[in-house]
Amino acid sequence: MRPRGLMRDGRVSLQLFGRKAMPMSKIGKLALMTSCAALFGGAILPAAANDELAKLQQDPKQWVMPTGDFANNRYSKLKQISADNVNKLQVAWTFSTGVLRGHEGAPLVIGDTLYVHAPFPNTVYALDLNNDGKILWKYEPKQDPNVIPVMCCDTVNRGLSYADGKIFLHQADTTLVALDAKTGAVAWSVKNGDPSRGETGTSAPMVFKDKVIVGISGGEFGVRGSVTAYSLKDGKRVWRGYSMGPDADTLMDPEKTTVLGKPVGKDSGTNTWQGDQWKIGGGTTWGWYSYDPELNLMYYGSGNPSTWNPRQRPGDNRWSMTIWARDVDTGATKWVYQMTPHDEWDYDGINEMILADQTVGGTPRKTLMHFDRNGFGYTLDRTNGELLVAEKYDPAVNWATKVDMDKSSKTYGRPLVVDKYSTDHNGEDVNSKGICPAALGSKDEQPASYSPDTGLVYVPTNHVCMDYEPFRVSYTAGQPYVGATLSMFPPPGESNMGNFIAWDGKTGKIVWSNKEQFSVWSGALSTAGGVVFYGTLEGYLKAVDAKTGKELYKFKTPSGIIGNVMTYEHGGKQYVAILSGVGGWAGIGLAAGLTKPTEGLGAVGGYAALSNYTALGGQLTVFALPN
Amino acid sequence: MKTLSCAVGIAVVACLAAIDAVRADGSGDPTAVSSDSGKYFDKDGNPTFKIQADGTVDWYTYSGFRRYHSECHVCHGPEGEGSSYAPALKDSLKNLSYADFQAIVAAGRKNVGTASTNVMPSFGENINVMCYLDDIYVYLRARADDVVPRGRPQKREDKPDAAVKAEKICLGAS
Repeated sequence: MRPRGLMRDGRVSLQLFGRKAMPMSKIGKLALMTSCAALFGGAILPAAANDELAKLQQDPKQWVMPTGDFANNRYSKLKQISADNVNKLQVAWTFSTGVLRGHEGAPLVIGDTLYVHAPFPNTVYALDLNNDGKILWKYEPKQDPNVIPVMCCDTVNRGLSYADGKIFLHQADTTLVALDAKTGAVAWSVKNGDPSRGETGTSAPMVFKDKVIVGISGGEFGVRGSVTAYSLKDGKRVWRGYSMGPDADTLMDPEKTTVLGKPVGKDSGTNTWQGDQWKIGGGTTWGWYSYDPELNLMYYGSGNPSTWNPRQRPGDNRWSMTIWARDVDTGATKWVYQMTPHDEWDYDGINEMILADQTVGGTPRKTLMHFDRNGFGYTLDRTNGELLVAEKYDPAVNWATKVDMDKSSKTYGRPLVVDKYSTDHNGEDVNSKGICPAALGSKDEQPASYSPDTGLVYVPTNHVCMDYEPFRVSYTAGQPYVGATLSMFPPPGESNMGNFIAWDGKTGKIVWSNKEQFSVWSGALSTAGGVVFYGTLEGYLKAVDAKTGKELYKFKTPSGIIGNVMTYEHGGKQYVAILSGVGGWAGIGLAAGLTKPTEGLGAVGGYAALSNYTALGGQLTVFALPN
Repeated sequence: MKTLSCAVGIAVVACLAAIDAVRADGSGDPTAVSSDSGKYFDKDGNPTFKIQADGTVDWYTYSGFRRYHSECHVCHGPEGEGSSYAPALKDSLKNLSYADFQAIVAAGRKNVGTASTNVMPSFGENINVMCYLDDIYVYLRARADDVVPRGRPQKREDKPDAAVKAEKICLGAS
């Protein structure tokens, strides 16, 4: 029942970012409808999978991608629930996943079916929205539990993707499996990595054009990061681009691939590493990817270099900590920008890339916005990787004074690192104190949301600092390769460990900021109703006014929230859904509360322990207005 | 090799005066009764901590703090306090003996059922863990007995020459 005639050329005009309508020449192909078409209220499906998803994501009644849309905006045009009535929100229905680990990601809604995933063992449920969430099918893969301990920070899974009548699941053991969306039957399955080497799967697979693209986790195990594209149709591997290594591995052209407007040169992925260290270089790729169909480029970030001891890996460690733009068809790297050369703090660069067209400094730009773990909010021109804005999105950030924006400077584009907070400068076996942010970053994977209505980005943040002491470690395949001791605490004189902020990516300024007791570890959702939703680690689903940040509604769900809020419409009613299930890095780092290093002996950790507020659980809670 | 030292005995008495006298963990009474080159042992010969009245910790307790927070903390949470992912070792060591601890770290452990999927890997081949096994044990034992608070120990004994030597041999053997 798959649509025939997959188009090779994705640079057709798509109705995306609200600019171009689908050209008439493509309409003929629309006659090839799948059996699913009826589900979509008579919507006609184009022939190629990219057209299908591009079209589907225009329908706000459904939530067809883990990121909401290609641009990673997590914005919905639905407005039945608005700033005026959100205070009347009620729980409509709930569903237990049967798993107790950290629940990241969000469900999908395709037609009348809601698809929800769970952490290891990575169960998938298809729920019938016409029948009170009755289970249509369940899929539970058989996986070797030995993968569990190589998942550094909980057995999380960030969700499913849909295209071509299939649901795609990226399992913990790195298996990418395509399931028939109607029956749950396995259509094809392929192994992306090797857990015995510490390679694991946590990220959501992303469908761009006729490909499913998956990343890899394991930065704390000396894994060399990569992204791999598989054919939607049969799971055949099309290309793989590594984060470091020779040009043939990174898919870079010494002349054509650029960094800050200049060619990268030959073997840029090996020549800032000592010897063969790039082979265990890290730079994993477990965030949320975005895609611009007009440019045919996908965007994502690469993670921290292995080990956490910077003295053990001299050099810039390219291309860890980097924003990437790759051609979706070939994987060829168009441009890169390394945010944190030679990481000294575990400021893993995987956070999402949010695409929006906005006017920066009087010039209309196709921009990419990124809130890095390192505490800087970046705005780049996504056509060429030009750096437009780089400002701190948490005033506590102190490891660097600023990013050098002077194009004539030798250090253009680099953070200007403060010696006192440089764990490399201070050296091995020295405890560098009071570094902000902590290794958690000013934000981790929890994705922000961009509202075209307000032109603002709504960012869930961590407000935590650390002491960090690197020391020498040895590499053993499949074993942790960390090499640093760290302790975490809120910035001096403060007790809130998180903020939820509104950010103007055009200027790099915080518009409003709400304090939260704990790090905000939930993905945000903004809507045309003028409301922004997010979850908290205590378990609250919160709704705030998009313009002012004023809290309009909160409800405490059964467990802490590290999932992402999504919305859909069914039977004329708008629903808002969130996965609860505390865990992940947040559950590990904050469960017992943070320590107050300055108080020394005799003092008990001075900050709230998450375990006093919430316990394990895995539940989907769905909200709606009363009838 | 473990010689009972008079000086240590006096220190232990001073120590006991400063903290609760009746104490036992999974390896029994943790009181240090002997020492060998800066490493302390209880009456049964198990490695143990020594905390002076002013809070100065022995080298191995301090080293264990560092190694724990590199190798163990990403699952077991800060300072052995546990997490949403793995048990609090400061509680586990109230029942586990030194031998139990060694065996579990070296071989790993699985507890996979309908309600839980706890799997600890084998660290037997990981020299970053195995070369510091006693350090980590001594630190967690001190946490289990509640004689070392959360956070980084502020004062410590110097790194003994024996520890420098043993570390070189152990790491070099890889």
